[in-house]
Amino acid sequence: MMKNSRLANIGFQLAALVLALLFTTLILVATGAPPLEAYKNIILGSVSSLDKISNVLVTWVPLLLASAGLLITFSAGLWNIGMEGQITLGAIGTTWALRLMQDSSLPPALVIVLSILAGMVMGALWASLAGALKTFGGVNEIFGGLGLNFVATALTLWLIFGPWKRPGVGSMSGTEPFPEALWLPMFPDSRLSPWALVLAVVAIVIVYFMLQGTYFGLRLKAVGKNFRAAYMLGIPTWQYMMISFMLCGALAGAAGAVQVTAVYHRLIPSISSGYGYLGLLVAMLVNYQAAWAAPVALFFAALNIGSIQLPIILKLDSSLSGVLQGMLVLFVLMVEGVRQRLMRRS
Amino acid sequence: MDTNTIIIGLAGVLVAAAPLLFAVIGETISERAGVTNLSMNGTILLSAMGGFAVAVTTDSILLGFLAGAGIGAAVALIVAFSSITLKQSQVAVGFVLALVTRDLSYFLGNPFMGLEGPRLPAWDIPLLADIPIIGPLFFQHDLMTYLSYVLILLAWLWIFRTRPGLMLQGIGERPAAAFVRGANVNLLRYFYTVLGGALVGLAGPLYSLSVKAGWKGTISGLDGIGWIALSITIFGGWNPARAAFGAYLFALLQWLGLVLQPSMPGVPSQVLQVAPFPLMILTLLLVNIGDAEWVGRTLAAMPEGARRFFTKLLRAMRASPPAALGVPFESD
Amino acid sequence: MKVELHSIHKHFGKVHANDDITLNIPAGTIQGILGENGAGKSTLMKVLSGFIQADSGDILLDGKPIIIHSPADAIKHGIGMLHQDPLDFPPMRIVDNFILGAEGGLFPNRAVVVRDFKLLAEQYGFSIDPDSYVDALTVGERQQLEILRLLWLGARVLILDEPTTGISSSQKVKLFATLRKLAAEGKTMIFVSHKLEDVEALCHQAVVLRQGKLIGEMQKPFDPKKLVAMMFGKEISLGARQVAKPGEAILSLQHVSLEDVRLKIKDVSLEVHAGEVIGLAGMEGSGQGPFLRACAGLMRPVGGHVLLKGQDLTGKPYHAYKHHGVEFLPASRLEEGLVPGLTLTEHFILAEEPKGMFIDREYGRKLAEERIKSFNIKGTPVSTVESLSGGNQQRALLSLLNDPLSLVLIEHPTRGLDIESVIYIWSKLKDRCRQGAAILFISSDLEEVLQYSDRVLVFFSGKVSEPLDAAQTSVEQLGQLIGGRGWPEKQAV
Repeated sequence: MMKNSRLANIGFQLAALVLALLFTTLILVATGAPPLEAYKNIILGSVSSLDKISNVLVTWVPLLLASAGLLITFSAGLWNIGMEGQITLGAIGTTWALRLMQDSSLPPALVIVLSILAGMVMGALWASLAGALKTFGGVNEIFGGLGLNFVATALTLWLIFGPWKRPGVGSMSGTEPFPEALWLPMFPDSRLSPWALVLAVVAIVIVYFMLQGTYFGLRLKAVGKNFRAAYMLGIPTWQYMMISFMLCGALAGAAGAVQVTAVYHRLIPSISSGYGYLGLLVAMLVNYQAAWAAPVALFFAALNIGSIQLPIILKLDSSLSGVLQGMLVLFVLMVEGVRQRLMRRS
Repeated sequence: MDTNTIIIGLAGVLVAAAPLLFAVIGETISERAGVTNLSMNGTILLSAMGGFAVAVTTDSILLGFLAGAGIGAAVALIVAFSSITLKQSQVAVGFVLALVTRDLSYFLGNPFMGLEGPRLPAWDIPLLADIPIIGPLFFQHDLMTYLSYVLILLAWLWIFRTRPGLMLQGIGERPAAAFVRGANVNLLRYFYTVLGGALVGLAGPLYSLSVKAGWKGTISGLDGIGWIALSITIFGGWNPARAAFGAYLFALLQWLGLVLQPSMPGVPSQVLQVAPFPLMILTLLLVNIGDAEWVGRTLAAMPEGARRFFTKLLRAMRASPPAALGVPFESD
Repeated sequence: MKVELHSIHKHFGKVHANDDITLNIPAGTIQGILGENGAGKSTLMKVLSGFIQADSGDILLDGKPIIIHSPADAIKHGIGMLHQDPLDFPPMRIVDNFILGAEGGLFPNRAVVVRDFKLLAEQYGFSIDPDSYVDALTVGERQQLEILRLLWLGARVLILDEPTTGISSSQKVKLFATLRKLAAEGKTMIFVSHKLEDVEALCHQAVVLRQGKLIGEMQKPFDPKKLVAMMFGKEISLGARQVAKPGEAILSLQHVSLEDVRLKIKDVSLEVHAGEVIGLAGMEGSGQGPFLRACAGLMRPVGGHVLLKGQDLTGKPYHAYKHHGVEFLPASRLEEGLVPGLTLTEHFILAEEPKGMFIDREYGRKLAEERIKSFNIKGTPVSTVESLSGGNQQRALLSLLNDPLSLVLIEHPTRGLDIESVIYIWSKLKDRCRQGAAILFISSDLEEVLQYSDRVLVFFSGKVSEPLDAAQTSVEQLGQLIGGRGWPEKQAV
């Protein structure tokens, strides 16, 4: 029985994947593009060379950090859509710290570590804004978070074209790159840093154990499932909500810090690259279970990298990967609805 | 600024608010029935792109608008099916759709980027357009702007004055009570969600064929409008009249921002561009803060006069959503 | 109208909720339907009012077989149902509530409806302003509104589901008078209740349902002992009243004033002693709710002081009270008390102080098994709370109370529970009293209030009575006070 239902579950998930592929195929056919060619390009674009695989991992790191953070807020029943802004503020915080310390006599390793910490603190502070609006102002975190995302983007632009502009004139290519000494150490000939990989993996492992086995995790779940009852049971609910926002923000900040110290080595306008929204999709897709976050995030990262080739080779917009990812989550939700309906029937 | 400039500016505010009105009233209707369509931001983008593409291909403005409404209705149908029939979270489905439809609009809109398309023509209303001040202010616009006036009135009348409108309130407020009074709750929810979605879908072509004519992909300047519209819906307290006030206020503030920008050279343009968003947060704060627990405690600790004053003030700003918003209904 | 039900069967999964029920109700009769919770009364009434369809069996009105597809269909046949919690629209105007569901043109004519409403209201002696909002009405007035609406729609059969819960005794008197009048007009009244005294006072004939079966019927005058025996399958007594020997003062209220959206409570002083049980009586919304919450720090008084064992906790939040051994058990168990989706074990772990960082699963399981056993909860350590029955949820709530305990505040401790759970839960509560805790509880069941309290506070639209000695007070006296009669001219509290 147990085995049966697990098999059935896998079947349902596969059905969702097939439906999502079917939908994107229809879209491709409708636009007159060759679907198989497109899929082939996406797959080859993500795994055909060591370089591409390393690019996938470069994308995987911030995405996994974002997903790990969002698992915390989802446990507390919160939709932290402000993730994008928190990643951005993390990047700003890191850039700011690097700018402050780059001419000092501190050892570079310490500067890098402090800058990443600065990014995490900034991310947490920005998240606490959305948290405070929610807990003290009754403003739904979806709207608070979204508003703050747009503000964060504007802040980045202002910094790039204003106070932090390159010598001469500011440009969309971002701030002046930092000297190589202040980069996170990389694998040779790539933008992939072993330290960033370690950071992401450690983060998801910690989040997994925190949610599975600790008092904190259980209490957070209680807050998420029934805020009022949790309060009655003696759990300091608003403190837990704020903490979950700030932990999530800190992980978002770490993602932003990695983007600056390992990937771009400077602040660029859209430094969050949509990892916040994508992380929300990952968390929904794994049904808020931490154990699955790493592989699913890897799959999404591969789709993102794979689709970069599309405009060049097939003259298609790379947003196809977003369509495929979104449809996958949508179909998983709908298939889950069908499954529940069938279960109620029987 | 002379009077003429002000009139032209204010007239522009009415035109600029028209798409917002369609979106906000569409969402108000859908939420009145108990369904939040969170996909609005993407729906507007997709219908803007789709409406533009259809209008360019067929050279028909009308078909462009119909395509927009159709796209809005189709997305709303997915929301309705997932939340009413499959009982999945409206927030989850709506949010995913907001992302998918946005990406879809960029993907499908790629071939139409930067094309020259038809524009909704202005059409002065005879006689009315000639009245001084009033004429140029209200009656020298396009058909959709006039329809937006009518829509406010119609939606208000429907919700508060007609028999089916009372039932619409009923299914969002207490579906079980509506059911014993003969309503087919879920069917009505489908209907109003799709209708609301179609209205939201009209907002798209209204941008791409008139207010912000053309399709420029990610730099069309439409990303974010849907979220603003969602907040205006809340600010509007699910009442079309108050929602319309919110939409006009928003358009007015945006215009004032543009007008005042040259006189404030110290403020970078990026700041003014995002000014609507902190404003959105602020309005939501005003509408919701009365529900926060600490506010009740603080009020209780105040002397009587102050307590009475603030309680009244908070209650006047407050807007309570339909009680069954987001709650699935099953007749047993 | 004559109503006949012929061998009605209804299954929910494995449960046979209605098992071959046949019932004949002549026109002009007030028919009582008695039974414990889960006996199948509601199912039968849902079948008759079109909410659900029977698996088999017939419904005949005046001898003609009919099929009822929906509640709206039922009202077309002349069958109207008044639900325990009236199914109306609180934020809307009364006149709009009246119009909603009536047939007619696009634009309803409010003036005509208001006129009809006033006529009907006058006929049955109700005074409700059609322009006011429903949420400003008491439960009793909302019932009146629903009855008028159903009559206006042409109901000739009225089903009333537990209508005396949550209304005052004066409103009950009025309701019964109305029902008698309607029966005298030839209309058929079906009165569903688990309260014997109401059925005795009102009905012409009564049937008893137990475990889905019709156990027996009886004509007026009723033999209460026999009815009880039929309802429970055995005779049940609540046992003798237990009187407490009051100990030290636990809770002192000093000139406490409260304000909420609807009403104000002014200047209440009270001392509650260890071992004492105080019942708060009053119709819903008379002020007992805010009062109880204020005693737990869940609501902040606008004036006065709340002291717990001599310590001033005025204005402190609930957790400060909880720290001093105060526990609040809400009426809406799954909304405010328990966390749906979490298991019993997880609840027991949550209710305790964290021991370090990681949860000891083995310890949690043992704890759960022990509590489940000692509180006689029908469930396993891994049962989620929403899968438990109401009585077991209430037991679970009680089992979550921590030691040491000084004050327990309970909203409706036994509402909706079967009699055995009621007796069990009160025995557990009385145990707590013997260990030195005091109890304050709200109940709309006056018998419960008098049976288990040492003293009683009566609430009437924000006024609070002097504490009454429960042993010296009768149900009638209490009922009068709840309905606003018998209060001193100038309230000296």
